[in-house]
Amino acid sequence: MNNKLYGNLIFELSHPGRRAYSLPENHFGSHPLPAAIKRENDAELPECDEMTVVRHYTNHSENNFGVDNGFYPLGSCTMKYNPVINEEIASLKTFTSLHPLQPIDTVQGALEVEYNIQRALASITGMADVTLNPYAGAHGELTGLMIISSYHQHRGDTKRTKVIVPDSAHGTNPASAAVCGLEVVEVKSTPDGLVDVNDLKPLLGDDIAGIMMTNPNTLGLFEKDILEIAKLVHDCGGLLYYDGANLNPLLGAARPGDMGFDVIHLNLHKTFSTPHGGGGPGSGPVGVCEKLIPFLPKPHVYKTKEGFSVENPNLTEEYSTANNRVSGYHGNFLVSLRAYTYILTLGKNHIKEVGPLATLNANYIKECLKNDYELPIDCLCKHEFVFDGLKDKSTGVTTMDVAKRLLDYGYHAPTIYFPLLFHEAMMIEPTESESKDTIDGFIKTMHIIAKEARDTPELVKEAPHNTPIGRVDDVLAAKHPILTYRQLINDMSEEA
Amino acid sequence: MTKVIEGLYYSESHEYVKVAGNVGYIGITDYAQHALGTIVYVDMPDVDDDVEMDEDFGAIESVKAASDLKSPVSGKVLEVNEALEDDPGLLNKDAFENWIIKVELTDTSELKDLMDAKAYEEFCAE
Repeated sequence: MNNKLYGNLIFELSHPGRRAYSLPENHFGSHPLPAAIKRENDAELPECDEMTVVRHYTNHSENNFGVDNGFYPLGSCTMKYNPVINEEIASLKTFTSLHPLQPIDTVQGALEVEYNIQRALASITGMADVTLNPYAGAHGELTGLMIISSYHQHRGDTKRTKVIVPDSAHGTNPASAAVCGLEVVEVKSTPDGLVDVNDLKPLLGDDIAGIMMTNPNTLGLFEKDILEIAKLVHDCGGLLYYDGANLNPLLGAARPGDMGFDVIHLNLHKTFSTPHGGGGPGSGPVGVCEKLIPFLPKPHVYKTKEGFSVENPNLTEEYSTANNRVSGYHGNFLVSLRAYTYILTLGKNHIKEVGPLATLNANYIKECLKNDYELPIDCLCKHEFVFDGLKDKSTGVTTMDVAKRLLDYGYHAPTIYFPLLFHEAMMIEPTESESKDTIDGFIKTMHIIAKEARDTPELVKEAPHNTPIGRVDDVLAAKHPILTYRQLINDMSEEA
Repeated sequence: MTKVIEGLYYSESHEYVKVAGNVGYIGITDYAQHALGTIVYVDMPDVDDDVEMDEDFGAIESVKAASDLKSPVSGKVLEVNEALEDDPGLLNKDAFENWIIKVELTDTSELKDLMDAKAYEEFCAE
């Protein structure tokens, strides 16, 4: 790698007047923009030759780390492999050249696919129907909560303004509830890491819109009291919301719909193998039980005698204004298509192997490492589990240090300092995709790091050593973020 | 080993209140600053705001997490510790010395619902 091209910003490689294009001679004279819409200062964009631009960004891209590069045990995020066949199907011109406003009779194939995805996801999760419209998980959460609010309001039950969220919940849960205008009430966990039913009971009343839960929860533990919780919440008139972030271990084994959940969202970029994070885009379909179908957002695909339609043939006047749009058209259709490819590739029988394999892999790592790392809740986990740092705390080596040292060995670090229930949380999720060799390699490395922490703690505390950039000063970054090149220049000139 | 000081009142969410007459100095405990790690930002209320027992009065951000600050007592804010705006790390240096807000207590009977140093020490050890 050329360090100059990698280690510098594109602005620092800039030379005034350097170009990577040439325009034909101008025969038409100059027609300046009106002064009112002209910018006052120069844009000051970097000026580079084409090879510099290509090499600069190629060098950067080679330092990217993804599931295609190596093991990525990022708990709570299900960083599973994105099969190439998904990309192949999603790049078929028959799909990519469609326009969402084409006449309905010219897009029957795409609508059939969409209808089939709605049905497949409904069947996998035990829900009555599913909308594909939300663009990502958090968007799905908001949509789901809006459905819950609409349902209560439609019945004239306007007192229900509170949502119960467990203390181990994903941060998006209280955030989505707040965006939806609902007040968040926290329910505590038992020492075993499950929702405390005794703490829940006094919270329930006629002001509760619902409860948001993941199952298995953020500690990777199955909420075994879920049927009792569902009954308690339903009895007080509330609804149950299922955060689908942790659906992976349940695939083929259990369905949120059967547990009593009324609304769910799925993360297609987690459980259904579509691209994750900045490379997305994401997709957060929302499933509902029978009574909430009238509150699903538009458009939705329906199967009618005349073919597939985006208008509900059974919509009654009563519900005609109950639902509305949450996205431009049909969500990220090509992402839904990738997920559908994944579902069809595995088929009804093989999809049932996903959950058990993900669960086996997580338990195998947990058992192999629990002598070196503190396991606060020692029981069978599902797809992920949480360590509370190294077992031997006397060395002063923290979870942050272990995570940084993992980078030296070519692994992506697990999720750290989440959930907040433990001070040195380290959340590991291997997914079902990894071979035993890969997992054994990771376990061996974690043992090595634990030994290093005992023998040469400074080596771990100062990690990473083998990465292009060493330990970053995260305190300074949080206190004084430098977000633009201009700010960097100003800071440097101040120092000078 | 985290420090606990005699004579203060402690809450389960790891805030303390130091009482002098009808004035209370509210901050986070040494245990809390230790658990949070390096603190980078403290969001504080305005002077004259009312705070209520067990209700949020601000937030605190560390390199690890963002947490709400819960008031151990009810009262009216007399003063906020402005030094924390520039140097939130003061809480890591000495959490008991650097209180966050100073309030006029509205109900001193609330203090009996808080823990003393011994009870808090046992609470943290659990």
